[in-house]
Amino acid sequence: MPLLEVDDLHVSFGTPDGVVRAVRGVSFSVDRGRTLGIVGESGSGKSVATQTIVGLTRGARVSGRATLDGENLLGADPDTLRRIRGAKIGMIFQDPLSSLHPYYKVGWQIVEMIRAHERGTSKSAARQRAVDLLDAVGIPSPRTRIDNYPHEFSGGMRQRVMIAMAMALNPAVLVADEPTTALDVTVQAQVLDVMRDLQREFGTAIILITHDLGVVADMADEVVVMYGGQVMERAERRDLFYRHHHPYTEGLLNSLPTSGRRGKLTPIAGTPPSMITPPPGCPFEPRCVHAMDRCREKPPTVEIPGGGPHTSACWLPVERAQRTKAEAS
Amino acid sequence: MIRFLVRRVLQGLLVIWFITLILFATFYIAPSNVAQTLGGRQATPQTIALINQRLGLDRPLYEQYLSFVGNALRGDLGYDYYKQIPVTQVIAEALPKTLSIAIGAAIIWLIIGVTNGVLSATRPRSFLDRGLTVFALFFYSMPTFLLGLLLLFFLYFQLTLAGVKIFPAGGFVPFSASPGQWLLHMILPWITVALVSAAAYTRLTRTSMLEVLGEDYIRTARSKGLSERRVVLRHGLRSGLTPVVTQFGIDVAGLVGGVIVTEQVFSIDGLGRTSVTAITQQDQPVIIGIALLGTVAVVVANILVDIAYAFLDPRVRLN
Repeated sequence: MPLLEVDDLHVSFGTPDGVVRAVRGVSFSVDRGRTLGIVGESGSGKSVATQTIVGLTRGARVSGRATLDGENLLGADPDTLRRIRGAKIGMIFQDPLSSLHPYYKVGWQIVEMIRAHERGTSKSAARQRAVDLLDAVGIPSPRTRIDNYPHEFSGGMRQRVMIAMAMALNPAVLVADEPTTALDVTVQAQVLDVMRDLQREFGTAIILITHDLGVVADMADEVVVMYGGQVMERAERRDLFYRHHHPYTEGLLNSLPTSGRRGKLTPIAGTPPSMITPPPGCPFEPRCVHAMDRCREKPPTVEIPGGGPHTSACWLPVERAQRTKAEAS
Repeated sequence: MIRFLVRRVLQGLLVIWFITLILFATFYIAPSNVAQTLGGRQATPQTIALINQRLGLDRPLYEQYLSFVGNALRGDLGYDYYKQIPVTQVIAEALPKTLSIAIGAAIIWLIIGVTNGVLSATRPRSFLDRGLTVFALFFYSMPTFLLGLLLLFFLYFQLTLAGVKIFPAGGFVPFSASPGQWLLHMILPWITVALVSAAAYTRLTRTSMLEVLGEDYIRTARSKGLSERRVVLRHGLRSGLTPVVTQFGIDVAGLVGGVIVTEQVFSIDGLGRTSVTAITQQDQPVIIGIALLGTVAVVVANILVDIAYAFLDPRVRLN
């Protein structure tokens, strides 16, 4: 059984404009020491899905199933979820400057995290651990930096602090929600390296939410492509890049610049659908160049043979995946 | 920090100087009939001229102004025309009364306002939130004098008629004379001043907290598995209080110049009531003395708020 398993997750919010159906039947899972990439553009429901399983989407209507190590998450009472947050599932977010409290020293924020879950740990012991953690994520002279405020760090260093804090209690799962989006490209690679090193050392499962396929290519073992609150395609990393089946995945890959390839990038035409009145069938149908009448019905989940576990929510023939492989080679 | 403070203090002195000019212009340029009032109806022109001379009112305006500034710098604000006592002594007698009202009321409205604001912000659009909004709008739109009179009517007049005499009709008893009596005399004025401001502070805290609770670092605090109480109070309120502190400093300083309406309603001879009397009697030294005190209080409060900012927000310290 996978470490974290999410099955048929639905999340919706009541708003003055109507019910926003942010996540509609999403399933994914991740195992110890593995990295799951969740890819999708803004509003695809990728952040909502992960925040819901730890109880961070307040006021949402939720259905489906989510378990961590066999323990049920969705029905759990708030106090149980609170104990899981931080201790078993650590989280880091997009903008490390706004994600750290501007009024508190970084050491204080890490110590608070440790002592919130380990009542018995003394302040000095927690502080020593905070120094070690800052050292582990590669912050120079952690013994003095621990008493600095977030604004006294650079962007990359701040994200390292966030990682140190999220990893403080050695959680089984680390949810990284666009961890490198706000960082310089050169710093991005360093931050990803820090995450990879920690994963190797502690066997942490990582859920990496991003819209950057480059980051996915660098980090993920398995990839879930989300669009309009649904999973479009789910595949091992290699299969996703070389044997993708879904036209949306193809669109994402075509809008990615690659070295050596000439010519203009091809963006996906149109805009994402309204989540209040989503299209009845495939959410990508209104923008899809291959759209046909059938696409207005509920899309199937097709197994794509000839590689790792691979599914796609599209009516197009499965041979299509082989074709893209032929093109790629 | 030191350079910043020096600059702020110099700015403050400039403001105070400017205010003395305006005060002087307002109250001395207009023709005065103080001498007539003091001399009585029978006074001969000679008597009036003599009184004007003794009060220094016959000198050219700039000379009067310069001697006022010179004396003020030495801590001498002149004499009350009528009581023939130093203005500093008039202030010294009235100030404790005003401060008693202001400080007590400020503590009450801060506690009520911040508590209500936090309750509202953590349960937006709930029954409680709507209830507190109605409370806020009700007292915010209530004139102070009306609230004071209503309190007197119900809690003094009606209660006393019913044979339960708890609150006095007004007046002031110094804390040093009888702490219990001081408290009894202060409660109604405190409620009068506090409820109106508490309403404003409820709205201010609610708005500020709603904004803060939407910040990314609050999501981080929740993702750390902290208790909701700690998230709201330790992480939310810490930032949410900053605008409240600013407003609080300035509001309290504003009261030091006199709690005019409330002092009037409860017959407390604080700075407010004293200055109202002084204005009707054209007692210029008293008016200017009290107005100057109010100005200094606001200027000092502004500097204190700036210093408080540096303690509240570490990002300010470096800049």
